[in-house]
Amino acid sequence: MALAEPSRPSRLASSFSWLRDHPTVLAGLIILGVMVFISVFAPWIATHDPTRLDPLNRLKPPGAEHWFGTDHLGRDIFSRTVYGGRISLFVGFTVAAIACAVGMVIGLLSGFIRILDAIIMRIMDGLMAIPAILLAIALVAVARSSVWTVIVAVAIPEIPRVVRLVRGVVLTLREQLFVDAAVSLGAKLPRILFVHIMPNTLAPLIVQASYVAASAIIIEAILSFLGAGTPPNIPSWGNMMAEGRTYVTIAWWLLLFPGLFLSLVVLSVNLLGDGLRETLDPRLRRSARNE
Amino acid sequence: MTLMILRRVLSTIFVMAFVAFFVFGLLYLAPGDPAALIAGDLATAADIERIRASLGLDRPFHTQFLSWLGGVLQGDLGTSIFSNRPVSQLIAQRIEPTLALATTTIVFSVIIAVPMGIVAAWRAGSWVDRLVMGFAVLGFSVPVFVFAYVLIIIFAAQLQLVPVMGYVSIFENPAGFFRSIALPTVALGVTYIALIARITRASMLEAINQDYIRTAHAKGLGIVAILFRHALRNASVPIVTTIGIGIALLIGGVVVTESVFAIPGLGRLTVDAILRRDYPIIQAVILIFSAIYVLINLAIDAAYIALDPRIRY
Repeated sequence: MALAEPSRPSRLASSFSWLRDHPTVLAGLIILGVMVFISVFAPWIATHDPTRLDPLNRLKPPGAEHWFGTDHLGRDIFSRTVYGGRISLFVGFTVAAIACAVGMVIGLLSGFIRILDAIIMRIMDGLMAIPAILLAIALVAVARSSVWTVIVAVAIPEIPRVVRLVRGVVLTLREQLFVDAAVSLGAKLPRILFVHIMPNTLAPLIVQASYVAASAIIIEAILSFLGAGTPPNIPSWGNMMAEGRTYVTIAWWLLLFPGLFLSLVVLSVNLLGDGLRETLDPRLRRSARNE
Repeated sequence: MTLMILRRVLSTIFVMAFVAFFVFGLLYLAPGDPAALIAGDLATAADIERIRASLGLDRPFHTQFLSWLGGVLQGDLGTSIFSNRPVSQLIAQRIEPTLALATTTIVFSVIIAVPMGIVAAWRAGSWVDRLVMGFAVLGFSVPVFVFAYVLIIIFAAQLQLVPVMGYVSIFENPAGFFRSIALPTVALGVTYIALIARITRASMLEAINQDYIRTAHAKGLGIVAILFRHALRNASVPIVTTIGIGIALLIGGVVVTESVFAIPGLGRLTVDAILRRDYPIIQAVILIFSAIYVLINLAIDAAYIALDPRIRY
């Protein structure tokens, strides 16, 4: 069917038509776009001050005044949910950026320098043997609780996966002719690594970054939920659910709305990741065509 | 073959040594002075110094690490700072609910996920396939505690079919055990099911397109025999590997699920220890969970090397 295309449409038009053929990716893009929008413009979208206490109106069910109801201290859940997205999205994107940058450098070195490889990969195996959530809570436990502590603690368990991916790509690339050519032309190691090899790792890395972001958002929420995450004075979806858990049998809205938004954000990132993988991984694209 | 298993065992020992070093080093660097904590508010500087010496905390790092490691290898996991009881004893008390929850979840997930993946692969591209794949994406996206609370709100708070939380030992009351473990098992199982269903579908798709499946069709075998006896057997390596790797996911989920459902297991012990900064417990639990994960995966790899002549890394 690809053969029948008469003329190449413009890039923009072709990506639009690609999106039309992939409604799940489009849905992911729309959900994530809305979430980013409400997080950035939270002060204008929130209907109340997210930290203002109102004990007379505590545990009110969703209604006209409080769209998502109020919590045990009378705070407006809609406004808190809107602000809570800031932490989740910030942690998700920052962790993905840090884990991919650090993992890429380690992976490049490990794949190209044989002596380093054995040591680095054993350390990565060791880090991967510790369940991510436990590793993250242990890291938070030894440091002071702040957003940056959480970011570092969530990023460290994600690094080994990136290292393995980048190293795998490097191992297949280093035998290729263009690397030999660069070496024989006298290119220094940093130039070979960053100019010749790195660009080839970017496509799988972008896909991996989306999965890292999704996993980071979940782990941040879990840390906050367990009381080992973002400080309680900052509204985050995990914190809100931790505070609401006592009231689960009488006030479901304390838990449902932050949980719903959290799941939607992770879902949208996962849908985008699957879409990216399908376009960027030629092996998968072919098998998708065959179906 | 023996050599290969031996090499795999050696690398496992290396990995566990790294985990031990990492866990010890991490909490060695942690702020807070256990000696001052044990001594209490009324202690003088001399008291704290004496306690520190008696705990061996005044010795250099490598001496402390080696003596701690020596103890761990002999089954001495240290003493809880908070309750002043041996960590091994605290863990022994808490291990039953965690093992029970992990077992029910693995059994439940495999029973649900493998047939799901097989049907999705068999009817690839159909609505059943889309449903299964859609479920898999959802399973990866809804965090375990969010799904747990949705289940609690529906089945415990509204319909009142099962208790909201708590744990009943199977040895005391088998019916109560299954009522109390039902929601935690489903909540914890969802991500695991998504993972296993996805890999089952992928490896079954590969197996179904092989020549021997066409031969089986040609000689008139029934679809059930083809799928289960011929295709599944050949697709089983990645599936079982994923079940093993998924144990890491499951362990993280256990910690959260036990916290949601107030199950007094290892996960709860960990979370409480972290909130109280009871470092010996944190060290021991991370070490044990990592060891379980590494040993299960070692066992799976060793089984492959022994059973499947195609695998010779």
